[in-house]
Parts: sequence; C-alpha cells; structure tokens
Amino acid sequence: MCAQHIYKSEFMYTVLFKLKKLAVFFLLTLFVAISSRAQTSDIQTAETSDSLTFEQLVAQMPSAKLNDLSEIINALELLSDDRSLVLFEFMLEGKLYFIEADNAVITLNEELNGGEAYVATNVIDLSIIARINDDEIKKIRVNNKLRIQLRKAIAKFTLFSKNPERRKTAVENLMSNLTLDNIALLQEATASEKNTAIKNKIELALNIAALQSKNIDEQKLAIKALDGELHPEVRGALNAIIEKDSDGNYLTQDKQLIQLAEAALKKIDSKLEFYGFLERLFFGLSLGSVLLLAAIGLSITFGVMGVINMAHGELLMLGAYTTYMIQTLMPNYIGVSVLIAIPAAFIVCALVGIAIERGIIQFLKGRPLETLLATFGLSLILQQTVRSIFSPLNRQVSTPDWMAGALQINPGLSLTYNRLYIIIFSLMVFVALLLVMKKTSLGLYVRAVSQNRDMAKAVGIKSDWVDAMTFGLGSGIAGVAGVALSQLTNVGPNLGQSYIIDSFMVVVFGGVGNLWGTLVAAFSLGVFGKFLEPLTGTVLAQIFVLIFIVLFIQKRPRGLFPQKGRSAE
Amino acid sequence: MKLKTLFIATAATMSLTLSNVLLAGETIKVGVLHSLSGTMAISETTLKDTVLMMIDEQNKKGGLLGKKLEPVVVDPASNWPLFAEKTRELITKDDVDVIFGCWTSVSRKSVLPVIEELNGLLFYPVQYEGEESSKNVFYTGAAPNQQAIPAVDYLMDEIGVKRWVLAGTDYVYPRTTNKILEAYLEAKGVDKKDIMISYTPFGHSDWQGIVSDIKKFGSEGKQTAVVSTVNGDANVPFYKELANQGVSAEDIPVVAFSVGEEELSGLDTAPLVGHLAAWNYFQSVEADVNEDFIKRWQAFAGKERVTNDPMEATYIGFNMWTAAVEKAGTTDVDAVEQAMIGITSPNLTGGIAVMNKNHHLSKPVFIGEIQEDGQFEVVWKTESVVPGDAWSDYLPGSKDIIADWTAPIKCGNYNVKTEKCSGQNF
Repeated sequence: MCAQHIYKSEFMYTVLFKLKKLAVFFLLTLFVAISSRAQTSDIQTAETSDSLTFEQLVAQMPSAKLNDLSEIINALELLSDDRSLVLFEFMLEGKLYFIEADNAVITLNEELNGGEAYVATNVIDLSIIARINDDEIKKIRVNNKLRIQLRKAIAKFTLFSKNPERRKTAVENLMSNLTLDNIALLQEATASEKNTAIKNKIELALNIAALQSKNIDEQKLAIKALDGELHPEVRGALNAIIEKDSDGNYLTQDKQLIQLAEAALKKIDSKLEFYGFLERLFFGLSLGSVLLLAAIGLSITFGVMGVINMAHGELLMLGAYTTYMIQTLMPNYIGVSVLIAIPAAFIVCALVGIAIERGIIQFLKGRPLETLLATFGLSLILQQTVRSIFSPLNRQVSTPDWMAGALQINPGLSLTYNRLYIIIFSLMVFVALLLVMKKTSLGLYVRAVSQNRDMAKAVGIKSDWVDAMTFGLGSGIAGVAGVALSQLTNVGPNLGQSYIIDSFMVVVFGGVGNLWGTLVAAFSLGVFGKFLEPLTGTVLAQIFVLIFIVLFIQKRPRGLFPQKGRSAE
Repeated sequence: MKLKTLFIATAATMSLTLSNVLLAGETIKVGVLHSLSGTMAISETTLKDTVLMMIDEQNKKGGLLGKKLEPVVVDPASNWPLFAEKTRELITKDDVDVIFGCWTSVSRKSVLPVIEELNGLLFYPVQYEGEESSKNVFYTGAAPNQQAIPAVDYLMDEIGVKRWVLAGTDYVYPRTTNKILEAYLEAKGVDKKDIMISYTPFGHSDWQGIVSDIKKFGSEGKQTAVVSTVNGDANVPFYKELANQGVSAEDIPVVAFSVGEEELSGLDTAPLVGHLAAWNYFQSVEADVNEDFIKRWQAFAGKERVTNDPMEATYIGFNMWTAAVEKAGTTDVDAVEQAMIGITSPNLTGGIAVMNKNHHLSKPVFIGEIQEDGQFEVVWKTESVVPGDAWSDYLPGSKDIIADWTAPIKCGNYNVKTEKCSGQNF
C-alpha cells in the first residue's frame, strides 16, 4: 500500500488506510463468509437479504441479477458498514469486479500494462492483490437504475464527510430524493455545517422539501424563502403545485397558494428567459468563433492573395489529423497533447500549403477557373489519401480534462469549457495574424505584393517567395483551426467538406481582403444563425442564413468592409 | 511472324473468355450492393464483409444446388442514384440471382423501381421506417414496431418517462418514424406540449442550442427522455455536448435507433455510458450460436472487429435465401420469392426467425445500455418474438393497409376495408 496505489480520490484511501488496521478482525469474518457462501448461493432471494451481514451480501453480488443487486445495495445501505461506501463508489464508476475462480469481489485500483492487468483490493478484507489479469475477472454489472440508487446511497454516507466538495455533491444528490429519512438527515447536517455555501444548499433542499410537503402554510413560507431561486427542482415543485386535473381544475384548493406559486414561477421564468438570451448569445459567439477559425486562413489565401483554394477544407482536416497523430504518439499526456498539436499542425499544414503553391498554384496565376478546378481535384486527392492511410472510419481524438464540463454561473446559465476556450483561442489566432500582417516584414511584403505586384517587384521584393510564404501562412492557420475543430466535431476524411462553404461565405460576406471584415462577418453570422435556430429549426436556420447572404451580396457585392482606393481595382 | 503471334494471342484470349463463360455457367452469382466509399462506407463495408464470409462458408459446405456461389461486389459510393444504376448493371450485365445491399432508406427507394422492373431479388438488412412492402424485396431489419415502439414502451413503463424529445436527422427514416411515434404517444395519452421534435442535417456538429433546449424541456419536473433517430457520426458530438452540459443518462436518457457496436468501436464511450439503444441483436447477448458467429467473424475479418444488428439481419437473410433456393430447387426469382415465405432460420440470440407473408421477419427486441467498453448491457427484452409490421397501425393513412404476398391477395399495399390493391407508391 504505497503512494503509487493512490490513484482515485485521496479520501477514499484514507478510509482504506484506517480500515486496513481492522483487517485482522475481518479475516475471521472472511472465513465465515467463505463458509457461508455455499449456503447463501442457494437462497439468493431478495427477501432474505435483510438480516445478512456485509460479507454475505457481498458474496451474493457476483451471481446476482440486476434487480437483485438493487436489493443488495439497499441492504448494504442499512448496515452502515464503512466498507460499503468504498464499494458503492467503485461500483458507480464501473470498477467493481469479481474474480471468476473464487467469486471474490474486488475493486480495481490501478491499470498495469495498458489494461492487461490490474492492482486490486478485496472488498471484504481490504487486502491488496498486486496483480490480477484482465481475463481472470468479470465486471459486476450496473445500469442507470443502480447508478441513481448508488448516488443516493453515497450521498447519505458523505453528507457528514470532512471534504466540503463531497458534502456539496451529497446535498445536490439528496435534493432529488427528499424522503422523510433524508430530510431528517439534512436537518441534522444543517446544525453542524460550518461552510456557508453548503449550508445555503441544505437550506435550499429543506425549502424544496417544504414545497413538496402537503402542508399549505409550510409551502407558502417556502415559496417566499425560495424567491427567485433558479434550481430546476424548485421549478418542478412549483409546477406540481399548480398542476390541474383532466377537467382543468387545480389539484390544490388554496387560492392564495396557487397565486403565490404562479407569481414565483413567472419570476423564475422571466429570469430564465434572460439567462436563456445570454446563453444563446454565447452559442452564437461560439459558432462565430468556429466560423472565424475556419475562414481566417482563407481570408489570407483567398482574401489577400486572391487564390480560390478549394482544398482549404482539407487543410483543416490535416490539422485535425495532426492532433490525432500527436495524441497517438503521447497517449498518457492528452492534456498537453492538444497544446503541442497547435504548432505541429501549423508546421505540417504550412509545409503542405507551400508545396501546393509551388507545385500547382504558381503555374495557374491569373486563371481563377483553372485554379478552382485544380484545387478541387487536389481536395479529392487529399481526402482519398487520408482515407487510404487512416481508413475511412473517423478517428478518435480525446478531449483533455481541462476542456470538458461547463462553467456553472448559476442554475440557469452554464458555459461549456470547450466552447469558451475555443472562442478565446480564435481571438488569439486573429490577433496573432493581425500582428503578423501589420508588424512584420513578411506582412509588409504580402500587402505590397497584393496591392501592386509589379511595383513590389520593382522595389526588389521576391514576389514568388512572398506568394509561397503567404500561402504557407494561410494554410498553417487552417491547420491550427483544425486542432480546434478536432475538439468539436468528428475527425474523418470528410471533415473539410462541411466547412469549405462556410469559410467562403464568411470571407465574401466580410469583404475580400479584410481581416476585420472576416471577424465581424463570422461573429454576426454565428449569432444570427443561433438566434434563428429556435424559431425555425436547425435546417431552416441554415437556409435562411444563406438566403440572407445572397440578398446581402446583391446589395453590396463587395461585402461588409470593401477595400477602398486604387489597390482595390 | 507478327501475324502468327497475333493469331495465337487472339486464340488464347478467346479460349480464356470461353472458359470464363463456362465457369460462369456453373456458379450462382450473388450481388453485393454496399457503399465502400463516401459517408456510408463506415457502416456498409462491414455488411459487404459479412456477405463475403457467408458465401465463403457456404462454398466450403459444398455450395448451393451443387454449384459454387460467386460474389459480385460493386461500389455505389454512398451516391443514391448510383445505387439504381449499379442494380441495373448487376441484374442485366452480371446476371446475379440475388442482391444483398443498401443501408439508408434513400438508397433503397432509389433501387426499388429498378428491381421491380427487372424482377430482381433484394435483401435489405437495416432497420427502417416501414410503410413499404415490395414483391422483390425482403426486409430483414426491424420495422418501427420491432424497434421504436418497444423502446418507447420500455421508457414509459420501466423508467416512467412523461415528456418526450424526438430528435432526428432530416431525412425519410427519422421523419416517418417520428410521425409514427408521435401518433403512438398521442394515442397513449401524452399531451402534445409534452412532445418536442427537432431535426438536424446529416453530419451536424453544433449541438449546443438543441441540447440546451432539451435540458430546459427536461427541467419541468417530469421525467424526460430523448428518442434519437440521429444517424451516422453526428451522434458523437451530440453525446459529447450532452455530457459537457451536464445532462447524464440518469437525468435524461437517450435511446438511439442507429447507434450500434460498430458505431461505438473506436470512439470515446465515456460520455455515452448509460444511454440506451434498441435493437434486435447485441453482440453481448449470451447464446451459443452468437459466440460461434463472433468467433467465425473475428477469424474472417480480424480480432478486434465487433458484430452488430444489421450483420445479424444479413446473416438471417442469407441463410433464409439459401434455404429457400434449396426448397425451390432453383434460383428463379418468382419461385424463390414464394419459397421464402414461412422459411425459418435460427437468429443469433438463440431464437428462431420466421419470414412472414409481408416479407418482414419476426424477431425479439432488446434494449441495451452502453457500457465503457463499447458493448451493450441488455436491460430489457420482449417476452417473445415480434412480427414485423410493414404498414404502421398508428398512422391514419396506413392503418387499414396490409401486405400479403401469398395467394389470393398477392399485394404489398392492400386495403382491408376497400379490398383494393394499390400497388407500390415510392
């Protein structure tokens, strides 16, 4: 039992440490358990499990059906044996197994050799098994019903835990299961609770319990106490109060209560509506950031250089596959791999871009139609190449832990981390690109060549070299965007196709050759689309956006921010 | 000299072609019409391999009617009109006696006119929306009453679901299935405002708005579930978004009709654990025939490969076809079609599948929960087999319509009230 075995929550193992001392005592009971197993296997009906010991109950688990398991958990819960908590937590995570040879129930602590074998702990005597092979053990099955049951059982055990986080989850889990027992537990907890945040949560739970009670005075008090509270359980309980029967009559007779409940619901709804608006805005910005990332590379190659590159989407795809490759190379450092993938994807795609420019596009200068066809053909070639190398199946790109989950601002508003980071990332890429174009000599050359190629040549700029570098820059940025996309969508050979239209749309809408235009266009199209979505449905919203752009281009053919001056001609 | 070599060469090629013709006369040709490229390649390639394995095994057993089976594999490339062209090519040019193929309903609908015109024979192995029965097609996948309806029953009776989200990809299968489900739920007394319907395009990846709507819809204090007919890889970002926004399978379970073992393999299943799928077969079902089949499949296709429901449907369809050919003593389409009706064949879950008069199978229905390892844990199954219903009883237009390909009716679209046969309308 040394440090390396500690891999789950530290708390669980402090429990284990303490219990280890008791192991000697339990060894005796273990013998009892083994000898009784023969008998219990005959009488595995749920009714008998009430009076059984921890050992007997656990011994039943390997052969129990899902329904019987539920009874066993109930019985274990009543025993209030500290070992139950560990067992419940491992079971919830799907890491409770049994050894096929002797039906001993074990928890898997640590993987060895990439899942071939495990370090395990026997649930009953808490002895450590240093190595057990994957094919010697079988999982104890769990389904949703059991998971709900386990969560509630764990909540009861951890309501008085030392760890405030665990107390918080415990209250949260008990909130959806406010039986009389649990209300009593919560009342007990509120007296001893020192942490105000958790105390408030317990108050909330108790108020919800009052709201669900059939006592009208308590309900009224609770409605007042819960004024403006956004927790979904409150809404549910209020809805239950104003429920009508099939004839349209209220189930509750008290008029005042109904009025109070309706007023409270109205208040909650208007608040939720406001937060819903903010959430929509966030969704719109997030869609905008994806559009910006997809289009920003194109705004260099198409916008500044004037090359219609139909293979732009495939450069996004290559960026996403680079992320996949990096992750396969370092499977144990998923969190870092995404960060490493950013420069890697830039380099890979920039090199591919330069190769495309040198190999194809430079020979087609000033022939947009041929460029379009050639790059379209190239996009098909790239897709098929990827299909042959990586198979037509989608590749699995893992999401690092720091990108999973959501930032919970209040019960009505939460922002998912992956989208939040990608909004920030897209703005960073934009600023970086802007700086390159404005502050570096490469940017200066690019602007010079795009404004007047002959004059730029005359002052000694190697226009060929600048073309290659510009195309490489735009392609590299596309690769970086691909890294971000790999976190949002499927990484497969067709990834690029779904973004190429959007990219051109954004660049044209924003005004060709204008980076700021691309930024404004991406975010306004994103927000516009997301606010349309609830009104029209996803499919129609996309069509409306396209119609809007068609009409807009009719009116202003050069987009939002057309280039002015002689260079635009 | 030159002339002589030319002559020899011509003679050689001629004799080669001749011997080819002779050989062809001794084989029974089996057409395989599954996309090997394009968006559907992910799912359909497996079915092509399954047919090839079955043909291989049949040939090792001595072939059929004393002849060897010869596969003719074509690639319709996920291109719906190309399915029709390839069908015509298979029947007129390659002279195949039977075709195993199609996945999406669009592709089947495009094959239908051709296969009926040329009087071919198609085995269609995928769950679909029903409302169809052709003389020339045998449907070995599930009809809505063998998948969607039992799944809804399970959610309603076992989980106590009161509010329903019907989410689907925007094409014929989800739209028809959702129409049937909506009618069914309303017949069961579910209020219209407790049903939310949402469609998304193929390959949709931005699910934030829809998931947020589902979350709001589910926070009204009643148990909510999502019935998903979302097809293909759009499922992955959908489940990811659910997990990110904190919607767990315990709060709002999602039951999917298009997510199987093949779709889950090579995918991060952590955010999916606990969500449900309804099928007629799961790889995890414990039966001797199943274990044997998995072993044979993995020996044929590779150690890591999984099996799934459409593979079982292909397996049953192939076995039934060989049995019907042996019963009829010929591969003639009309004879085989009549011989097929009433044929039984073991399914992989330990029971017996029967081909009914309406060209649909009787099969058991399973509900499974997704596990960490990409397999399903069966949590519920029907007590007996469910006969496939070609025309749904819950849609006003098709309530009175049945399909019966035996004499005297011999019709795929027969109205029992007016006693008229309307023929197909696709």
